[in-house]
Amino acid sequence: MTDTALQKPWADAERQRVATQFGVWMFLATETLFFGGIFLFYTVSRVEHTAGFIAGARHTDVWFGSINTVVLLTSSLTMAIAERAVRVGAVSLARAMYAATIALGLCFVTVKGFEYWQDVSEHLLPGRDFPIAQTGASEFWAFYWTVTVVHAIHLTIGLGIVARMLLIPRDQLAARWTTAEGTALYWHLVDVVWVFLYPLLYLAGR
Amino acid sequence: MMEQASTLAPQVDRIFWMLTGISISIMLLVGTLVLLFSFRYRRGTNVPRGPVPERLSGEIEIGWTAATLFVFIFLFWFAAALDTEQFKVPKHAMEIHVVAKQWMWKLEHPNGAREINALHVPVGVPVRLVMTSQDVIHSFFVPAFRIKQDVLPGRYVEAWFQASKVGTYHLFCTEYCGTDHSRMIGGIIVQSAADYARWSSAQPQGDSLADQGAKLFVQMGCSGCHGGSAVVRAPSLAGLYGKPVPIAGGGFVTADEGYLRDSILMPQKQVVAGYAPIMPAYEGTASEDDVVKLVAYLKSGKVK
Amino acid sequence: MTETPEVGLLAREPGERNYLTNGTTVRSWLLTTDHKRIALLYAAGITFFFFLGGAAATLIRAELVTPKGDLLSADTYNRVFTLHGVIMVWFFLVPSIPTTLGNFLLPLMIGADEVAYPRLNLFSWYLWLSGGLLTLFALLAGGVDTGWTFYTPFSTLYSNSHVLLAAAGVFVAGFSSIATGINFLATIHLLRAKGMTWMRLPLFAWSMYTTSLVMVLATPVLAMALLLVFAERAFGMPIFDPRSGGDPILFQHLFWFYSHPAVYIMVLPAMGVVSEVIACEARRRVFGYEFMVYAMLMIALIGFMVWGHHMFVSGQSPFASLVFSALSFVIAVPSAIKVFNWTGTLYRGQIRFSTPMLYALGFVGLFTLGGLTGLFLASLPVDVELTDTYFVTAHFHYIMVGGSVSAFFAGLHFWWPKITGRMYSETMGKFAAVSMFFGFNFTFFPQFILGYMGMPRRYHEYPPEFQPWQVMSSTGAVVLAFAYLWPLFYLTWSLVKGPRADDNPHDATGLEWQTSSPPPTENFASPPIVTEKPYGYHPEGFAPHSAAPTDQAQTP
Repeated sequence: MTDTALQKPWADAERQRVATQFGVWMFLATETLFFGGIFLFYTVSRVEHTAGFIAGARHTDVWFGSINTVVLLTSSLTMAIAERAVRVGAVSLARAMYAATIALGLCFVTVKGFEYWQDVSEHLLPGRDFPIAQTGASEFWAFYWTVTVVHAIHLTIGLGIVARMLLIPRDQLAARWTTAEGTALYWHLVDVVWVFLYPLLYLAGR
Repeated sequence: MMEQASTLAPQVDRIFWMLTGISISIMLLVGTLVLLFSFRYRRGTNVPRGPVPERLSGEIEIGWTAATLFVFIFLFWFAAALDTEQFKVPKHAMEIHVVAKQWMWKLEHPNGAREINALHVPVGVPVRLVMTSQDVIHSFFVPAFRIKQDVLPGRYVEAWFQASKVGTYHLFCTEYCGTDHSRMIGGIIVQSAADYARWSSAQPQGDSLADQGAKLFVQMGCSGCHGGSAVVRAPSLAGLYGKPVPIAGGGFVTADEGYLRDSILMPQKQVVAGYAPIMPAYEGTASEDDVVKLVAYLKSGKVK
Repeated sequence: MTETPEVGLLAREPGERNYLTNGTTVRSWLLTTDHKRIALLYAAGITFFFFLGGAAATLIRAELVTPKGDLLSADTYNRVFTLHGVIMVWFFLVPSIPTTLGNFLLPLMIGADEVAYPRLNLFSWYLWLSGGLLTLFALLAGGVDTGWTFYTPFSTLYSNSHVLLAAAGVFVAGFSSIATGINFLATIHLLRAKGMTWMRLPLFAWSMYTTSLVMVLATPVLAMALLLVFAERAFGMPIFDPRSGGDPILFQHLFWFYSHPAVYIMVLPAMGVVSEVIACEARRRVFGYEFMVYAMLMIALIGFMVWGHHMFVSGQSPFASLVFSALSFVIAVPSAIKVFNWTGTLYRGQIRFSTPMLYALGFVGLFTLGGLTGLFLASLPVDVELTDTYFVTAHFHYIMVGGSVSAFFAGLHFWWPKITGRMYSETMGKFAAVSMFFGFNFTFFPQFILGYMGMPRRYHEYPPEFQPWQVMSSTGAVVLAFAYLWPLFYLTWSLVKGPRADDNPHDATGLEWQTSSPPPTENFASPPIVTEKPYGYHPEGFAPHSAAPTDQAQTP
């Protein structure tokens, strides 16, 4: 472990590390409660209109969903390697892994874009042309659109946070290992949310 | 003293005044102590002021914490006991259907008499209100009866009362519902049995709700499948109300008003076991008023 | 001493450097990471919003003098009371004590130089300001008429007003709350001075801790509730719409899951302020310090379990209502303990009736009365009668206004010398405090009577039998308005003409009093070391809380 870049008001590296972890974990707690609200909506809708809800869920494309799951899990792997690399000072490996993470994240967004395009062409947007008449189906799709957009926004913010790591000059990267740790925690949250979403969106009723 | 015009009112008031008495006592206690200490121990007075012994203060703390907890738990139980009694709607209550909409109350008697923003009821008879909203959430509030119930769209809710005094009492909407929320008010007119009978027979003699429902049953095509069709297999509706119904996927539900309403508007929500989910949904076709009549018909025992 | 130019009014002596004189450009204020400056930035903002919300209140009380809706149209009235609620809750009460007094005092009280995340602190102010601007824009564009509670399906499907803008404004402001909460939690966990153990923390610091727990854990749920309203209204996503199988009550659960703990966000800081002021002005250790700490922790925890008491008549299951009612009674216990303990702190004290003490004692009375009326609302059948009537309006104004606002004024006056380096006129302050107490009671006590009589909330016209009490309430509001405006005058005056304050004009314990008034940017000349429990007051005089190695011994 190399020297640390100290921020105000921290007097030593260990304290700063603890402070960063503390802050990021608390932020993750808020995100858990935030997504918890919409997961409650999913639960209530599914319980109150089970048949229709599941009928709606069957129209998601399990291929797109599964590809994206593999992509995102892989990006978490590259992120974990990047963080470790920063800590041991392997700057080139770290930067390569950050670039890979961003690439995989962009891949996710692209696949999602194709998936949305397909969903729209099948009229799976709640409204007049919505194809499934059963009560509950449109609620599933309301959940789908809302939660995937919110997730995508979080992921896009994550891309920015990871890109920031690439903007740190090579010779200062090893000293910014607390920042690397915080970045990794955020990225893993985005992944964990998706791990919960995948079965709810793609495996319901299958 | 607020008017007590229902059998519930005196019981609610008993709790209210008990709480008032307790509150006044606590305010007096705290207020007196604060004023007393403020006066006696104001800066510069010559009274003894040693430290307060640790043990004494510990015992006092635990003492008043426990006392407060016991008093509050007692209050909870005392109040809740009344409320749990209130849940049971008396059998053979007179049924009134209420449809709330921006910004008026529509009330319908079983014999078909309709009122807007007013409700005539006889004194001494339990009345059961089956209520729904056509648009947003409203709330049916009669202060003199001490009853209030939010009226929701998409669902039936119930409330009941038994008026104990002849007179006219305010009906307020008390869940903010838009522009004319303050104008969504009316009156409950409680009459003696004789006066009520006179009023009731003076109403324009139309069909009862059930008879209007029978007509709709045919007009809206329900009898096409439920009237014993050779082409489509649909569950029989004769004597359905109040019975347990087996649901696809397991389990039973009771065919109450809410179930009947949902079955008309959103039949896919709970499909009867052993039947295909082919009934068209009447959401958007049948209004809440229509549903009230159809449900009255289904409850009437006149269905074959 | 270095040759620094005289900077006039803000400096105690020519060349003196404190946090106010350290940089006088606009940039040095708008890009500051000094928690004390950020506190003042927030103070300016909440003052503005307080008077904006107050203007709305004035319109409401003016309209309600007569039973007919003759001053405002129905739609306008509905927008005015919505504005009043939205502004007062999210842009005044929730931020008030934590972002002003909390930001300023917390690091000082625990012996730290700064909060844990100074740049996040500045960002939180900009977030809050952005939320405020969005909401103001909603107002200028024509307003919102859903009530501060945004109930569906009215807000999503029926309202013809700027719901999206207002919801967006509150959504953004919510993140400011979360940021402040995270900052304070980290600060208290990680930056306490040597010897400042948890059980030596001043109760105001504990109140910031418990408030922050609630801010961090409750606010995200509000964010999601508002996001879902946005999705339904803006994008037609069927979430709460019963015609698509949605449940409007789901919104109420999500909303109140935040909004009940939110009231504890509004009252816990007030309790912290009151403990500090009463201990100092009675010159007495706070009675039962440990119980006071556990009481605040219990309030924060159980506060998350009682939200359904706002929904007893909503169509919620009777069983759920019973559970919420029981827990609502349980949560009254820690609040009662605190009232008893404040009373106990007066026992054998040396009480001085300064302006802050008058406000603090006012808090004790008004909070007790407000809290007792909470018992009425926790009792199921009584709540069925009283909910959605003026009784509830009176109840929460007693706690939030009679309580929290009084406490805010208590704290503002108590720490004014520390923050500004100036003393205000005690006579004027006492006059304002007494006016507030009487004006407040005249305004809001009649509303309990109105509620008992059955007058519903949010009515701009009403049956004539309610008028006498409405007139009394509006008359009281005139006195109350004066009581709020008067300090604006004499406190501003003190900045120009007030005598310079000593480091410790109240002879108070607490690390914030161990540094100059106003403090230097770095808070302490050298890091303090704590060796004693807090509130080392004795009837005879002042004993020092702690002495940093280079300080001279204080004289009583």
